[in-house]
Amino acid sequence: MLRFVLRRIFLILPVLIGLTVIMFVIARVLPGDPVALAAGPNATRDEIARYAQEFGLDRPIWVQYWSYLTGLMQGDFGVSIFTRRPVATDLATYLPATLELVFAAMMLAIAIGIPAGLMAAVWRNRWPDYTSNVLSVAAISMPRFFLGLLLQLCFAMWLMWLPLGGRFPIIYEPPPFVTGFYTLDALFAGDWESFVVACRYLALPAIAMSLSPLATILRMMRASTIEVLHQDYVTTARALGLSPRLIVFKYVLRNAISSSLTVIGLYFGWLLGGTVLVETVFDWPGIGLYATSAIVAQDFMPVVSVALVIGFLFICANIVIDVLYGLINPKVRYQ
Amino acid sequence: MTDVLQDAPRSARTERARRAWFRFRQSRLSVVGASMVLVVVFFTLFGNILAPYPEHVTGGVDTANRFQPPSLAHPFGTNELGQDVLSMVMAGTPVSVAAGFTVVAIGTILGTVVGALAGFNGGWIDDVLMRFSDLMLTIPSLILAMAVAAALGPGFGNMIVAISLVWWPGYARLVRGEVLQVREEVYVTAARALGASPVRVLFRHILPNVVSPIIVKMSLDMGFAILTVAALGFIGIGVRPPTPEWGTLLSISRSYMPDFWWTAVFPGLAMFLAVFGFNLLGDGLRDVLDPKARR
Repeated sequence: MLRFVLRRIFLILPVLIGLTVIMFVIARVLPGDPVALAAGPNATRDEIARYAQEFGLDRPIWVQYWSYLTGLMQGDFGVSIFTRRPVATDLATYLPATLELVFAAMMLAIAIGIPAGLMAAVWRNRWPDYTSNVLSVAAISMPRFFLGLLLQLCFAMWLMWLPLGGRFPIIYEPPPFVTGFYTLDALFAGDWESFVVACRYLALPAIAMSLSPLATILRMMRASTIEVLHQDYVTTARALGLSPRLIVFKYVLRNAISSSLTVIGLYFGWLLGGTVLVETVFDWPGIGLYATSAIVAQDFMPVVSVALVIGFLFICANIVIDVLYGLINPKVRYQ
Repeated sequence: MTDVLQDAPRSARTERARRAWFRFRQSRLSVVGASMVLVVVFFTLFGNILAPYPEHVTGGVDTANRFQPPSLAHPFGTNELGQDVLSMVMAGTPVSVAAGFTVVAIGTILGTVVGALAGFNGGWIDDVLMRFSDLMLTIPSLILAMAVAAALGPGFGNMIVAISLVWWPGYARLVRGEVLQVREEVYVTAARALGASPVRVLFRHILPNVVSPIIVKMSLDMGFAILTVAALGFIGIGVRPPTPEWGTLLSISRSYMPDFWWTAVFPGLAMFLAVFGFNLLGDGLRDVLDPKARR
């Protein structure tokens, strides 16, 4: 088990290097002049040249790449040519917000998706199954940003129950930094009021994010539960007269849940890259919003770094899922 | 005698198609999905012609009638330029569907070529191509597409290039997996033994047998491609106005909520219904064409 994990961790390295190469090639082969854009519309040719020199953009591309890579080894993600702030600092500020959003959305999706999928399978081909089937296809088809706008329209603008956007009221001090998750930090500080406020800000974006993973987990859970319900040991348990509730919760759930785990792991990665739209709608100060503003400004370093961080977390999520897979299902043994 | 021999495979094929059609009709949801897709196709072909205010579609404005709520003259109301929202939504259909279809088509062709080469040849070719596809799959696709679209500049063609670039790896993986299975079938060995060239084996014996899962994935992907196109429009780096694209319409109308909600809700609804239709159809097709997923 330990060897398996170590090998997987070791294999992350070539993938990350490949990721930086692809992003570098794409960013530099494509047209568009980030330096001229950053220097401003009134910059003279001299000023642009000086700008390029300051950020090392006048050097050959492989030299630039090498200096980026050696910088990465020391935790240096480069400098934004637009704000002139180090990218690493920005990432440290914005990443916890995105992670908090993704975790909240996944928790919602899992908490509703797994029991709903189980119920759909148990009541297969009856109305709960049909309803959940139609609703889950609808949920997958719903554009996340449109759902976000509808939620804003209903709950923030018309009913005025929840805030329209942002992460915390500007006039208040956010809870002291421990994890960077405002909800958790508020709890650690014992500040109940801040916790409620943070939850109110988190609610709408988390719901908007959670709908499509919820639907996918539900469908996966339904399919695997149906498969397990057909196994011989379930028939045996039924023949022995065990109560349906005991059979479902003790024997079926554990075996059915493992294939949903893979989906959960994949979705974790997809959501990290897909927060862009929800963060834009709700002004959520995460890496998606950060990447979007950098992309619009053709500010290259933040974009590469965000892609790198998301790719890294995506791979990590998959490793964690593989390990959990082995813990839940003893039949899976790692060499 | 020769007639019988030539007819046999064809009638077997029609019989199979007839059974598939029967199974497809059995599921009410698939039929609903297929009908919705037909409506979308109808508006793709005729949306521009049928739009009640064609002058608005090409960029004409009617500032005297700004922000009219839904009424008989304007069932979906009018927007900040006095343009009829219904006309804009109808004319937006061909833009989104054409973009989605092109992206899926390019992704399928690229992915099939890569996947077939990898699965058929095996060895180092397989290793190189698949490691590259895996790498592409780890890059957050929306961010990559956004970066490429932003660097290329706004426009329909550039947006398609940007999204297609991130669309193929899924197909490459699918096709490779299927080719690996089919490659070991007895009839492929037989064709090889009879001296068929590798190219003939691949195109005549292997690829026709992996078409079904590709079609299923394409129909399910159509919806996601339309969503991605709209997402780029929403961020502001896709198709630019005056081209009436659903995501762009939505992003502009956002600032006029909640008072003029109709400018945002109707384009969004059109987008949702189109994607919903394609997803229902894709689900139905999967149940019919993919025996592994049938249950």
